[in-house]
Amino acid sequence: MTSPALTAAPVSTAPAASSSTKRFALGIFDDEDTLLHAVDNVRAAGVKIYDVFSPYPVHGIDDALGIERSRLPIAAFFYGMCGLAFALWMQIYMLGFDWPMIIGGKPNIALPAFIPVSFELTVFFTCHGMVITFYTISKLYPRFKTPVLDVRSTDDKFVMAILLDEQSSQMPQLTQLLRENGASEVNQKEMTKF
Amino acid sequence: MATLTHHHEPAAIEHLAPSAKAQRTFMTIIGAGIVLLIIGVIASLMHWGESHEGVGEAANHLTAGNHAEAHSDEHSVLWRRIVVSLWHSNIFFIGISVVGTVFMAIQYVAYAGWSVIVKRINEALGAWLIPGGVLLIVLFVIGRHDLFHWTHEGIMTKGSANYDKIVAGKAGFLTFGFYLVRMVSYLTIWAVFTWRLRQLSLLEDLNGGTSYFHLSIKTAALFLVLFAVTSSMSAWDWIMSVDVHWFSTMFGWYVFASWWVSGIAATTLIAIFLKQAGYLRFMNANHFHDLGKLMFGFSIFWTYIWFSQFMLIWYANLPEEAVYFNQRLGGFEGRYTWIFYFNLVINFGFPFLALMTRDAKRQMIIMKIVCIAILVGHWSDFYLMLMPGTMKGDNGFIIEIGIALIFLGAFLILVTRRLAEASLVPVNHPFIEESVHHAT
Repeated sequence: MTSPALTAAPVSTAPAASSSTKRFALGIFDDEDTLLHAVDNVRAAGVKIYDVFSPYPVHGIDDALGIERSRLPIAAFFYGMCGLAFALWMQIYMLGFDWPMIIGGKPNIALPAFIPVSFELTVFFTCHGMVITFYTISKLYPRFKTPVLDVRSTDDKFVMAILLDEQSSQMPQLTQLLRENGASEVNQKEMTKF
Repeated sequence: MATLTHHHEPAAIEHLAPSAKAQRTFMTIIGAGIVLLIIGVIASLMHWGESHEGVGEAANHLTAGNHAEAHSDEHSVLWRRIVVSLWHSNIFFIGISVVGTVFMAIQYVAYAGWSVIVKRINEALGAWLIPGGVLLIVLFVIGRHDLFHWTHEGIMTKGSANYDKIVAGKAGFLTFGFYLVRMVSYLTIWAVFTWRLRQLSLLEDLNGGTSYFHLSIKTAALFLVLFAVTSSMSAWDWIMSVDVHWFSTMFGWYVFASWWVSGIAATTLIAIFLKQAGYLRFMNANHFHDLGKLMFGFSIFWTYIWFSQFMLIWYANLPEEAVYFNQRLGGFEGRYTWIFYFNLVINFGFPFLALMTRDAKRQMIIMKIVCIAILVGHWSDFYLMLMPGTMKGDNGFIIEIGIALIFLGAFLILVTRRLAEASLVPVNHPFIEESVHHAT
């Protein structure tokens, strides 16, 4: 599946660093349990993990990485409120003022009849708002070239990325630490615009 | 923060030893119910807090016959109230009982692992099914005239003074014999499957292996098919036929939604009480979170069904359909109106707002309050389904709450007894480890 050219080979640290260039130590793991243990141990050793990439969501990884709870639900609430407000405004304006009609002997502004549309538009606004927000903050919007640390993380490998300093001075210790914790390989990679 | 891989403790047998305090509490609940019932009966006989013009009239006329008639009428109102509220509370608790089995059956069919930890509570809920079912049958036989208009003499015979063309049109379905056969069938199906799943589960505890699990899945699948039909039909029979002129195609689902969310709330509440008494060691916030999601979701589901039934009737405004809501919104001098809105607030507004956040679903105190509110709210929902059709303007609360408390105490005693019969943790269930390691 993966061609050798795509597997991340160690990159020389020689080129002058620009501010948009980041260096990573990549621990490649074959198994999610090994990864979870490694995350705990690496963090316990005082190393800050930049991120973990996996082919599918790993249960418990958020807690292991110490990631804070997402604030997306708060955004969702406001998107929902916008949808509800828009739906009520639309129906009240259309049926109450712009073109009032008597339907079924009900008042022009008959709130029980507005509930289904209000519900649907609330859901519509919430879903779309959440998806757009999530894709934007995760940088998953369409781009010409999507930066990927190691493409095997979309197939069958789990990738732990640790940010290195400009001289990559911690690389030997990190290699040892990751190896000790079950990494099948440890690579170094330089990314621009990541 | 521990991850799921850090549990190394295996699931172990836990036995419930009901404390003397718990038993006393159950007896106190029953005692309080009896006291309320007696107060209610006395109040009803003395006409406390009633502006009954009939009484004044009878006193004015002072003719012996008139007086006697008024007197016998009062007795029948009181008797009717007791029969109807027995029926009402019993249906509520039978629903919770059978939902325990339904919940467990769904988990089996879905191959769900997380819920294994509450499985014994689901099994225990079924303890009310047989006593409740017997009581329901007895109540129908002796109290059917107080409950169902269609059982009245001559209502289906042409030429009789009581003849009602619409009710006569339903004569094929609503007859004493057929009704009784149906009722016994529903209850027998529910009780047999409850017993069978419980038996398989206990055998699994003894012998282990996966054969009981696979057999349980087959049993559960068959039960769910049968329950889909019987739950709807029992709702028509036991509740909708009270308003015999009226019908709603949503009604089976409406009653099921009410039972279902009450059953989940009862399961959760029992789990919380057990947890707080030091049992269910492996139950944690993740399990409560999932139960909370179900309560949240099915409170909305109930509202969805409720609204679907209400809106079509409100919009179409056909007299024969709208009468149902006329009675409940402003009918009988508006005595049911507040319950109508109260039900919406306590069954939708409160759980919706209280359980919306993740933290709320993971905290036992909030879950406890919401569970109690849902149980009270759906009891009140059944109250509103039954009372306007049976009691008309003569409904009350003291007798009804008293009887509900007696049922609650008896229900808790039976459920606790069944919980104590076996380990609280089904240790040989193939998915028990998955449940112990469950993370949301």
